[in-house]
Amino acid sequence: MIRTGAEILEKIIIEAEMQIKNAEGVHMRPAMQFVDVSNRFKSKITVSNDKTIVDGKSIMQVSMLAAGYGTKLKVKAEGPDAKEAIDALRELVEVKMFGEPPPKGITG
Amino acid sequence: MNFADFVCFEAIIPELSSRDRDGVITELVTALDKAGKIGKGNCQKIARSVIRRENEASTGMGKGVAVPHVKHEAVKDVVAAIGQSSSGIDFRSLDKQPVFSVVLLLSPKDNPDRHLEAMEKVFRHLQQEKFRKFLRQARTVEQVKDLLIEADEKPFL
Repeated sequence: MIRTGAEILEKIIIEAEMQIKNAEGVHMRPAMQFVDVSNRFKSKITVSNDKTIVDGKSIMQVSMLAAGYGTKLKVKAEGPDAKEAIDALRELVEVKMFGEPPPKGITG
Repeated sequence: MNFADFVCFEAIIPELSSRDRDGVITELVTALDKAGKIGKGNCQKIARSVIRRENEASTGMGKGVAVPHVKHEAVKDVVAAIGQSSSGIDFRSLDKQPVFSVVLLLSPKDNPDRHLEAMEKVFRHLQQEKFRKFLRQARTVEQVKDLLIEADEKPFL
C-alpha cells in the first residue's frame, strides 16, 4: 500500500504525564470534563495509572481510574491532532484543575 | 475495594416500586436509612442532596445504568444501595435511554480517595457488558448479592 503524506502525518503519538492537583481528584464531574475535551479531537486518547489503561473518551472508563489528589496519570494521544489534544487536556487537568480547589493549605 | 466492603446487602431492591428518578433516589436512601447506615433523621436531607447533585449533571452514563451519588457530612463511610427497574427509569441519561440498574453511592465529605475507590469498583464492572446483563437479569436480593460476591472474586466480570 502506498501511503500519502497525510496518512503518515496521522501517525503522531504524544505521551505526557499529568498530575492531579484538585483535592477531590477525578470524580465523576472532572471525568466528564476530561471526556468532553478528549472527544473534541480525532486522536485516540488513552489514560493510564499504575494499574489500568483506559479509553480517554469513555466516561465509565475514565471514572474507573480512581485518580486522587497527587496521582500522576499518563495520557497518550495518537492521531493528527495529538499535540492539540495533549495541550488541551493538560490545561484542563493541571491549569484549570477541573475548576476545583486544591487541598486546604495548598495553593495551585 | 470490594463490593462487599461498601454495598449494603439489606439495601438491595430487586424491583423498585418508584417509576421516576427522584422517587428511586428517595427509595434507595430510605433503604439505607432502614438498614441503619446513615444515622437518624438524615434520610430526607441526604435524598434531597443526591437529587440536587443529579440535577447538576446526570449520572446516567448510558447503557442502562446510573450511579447517583453525593458526599455528605452525615455519612461516616462509603455505602451503596442497588435498585433495579424492569420497566426502566428516565434518568436523563447521556444516551437518552432508560435506566434499569441504579447504584446509589453515599460518601463522607472528608475522604475523597475513599469515594474514588468505590467509584473505581462500580465502573470497573458496570462497563462490562456481561456484568450489566447479569445485574439486570437478577430478580432477587440473593441473585444480586451472589453476582456482587462473584465480581469481587473475578475482577473482569
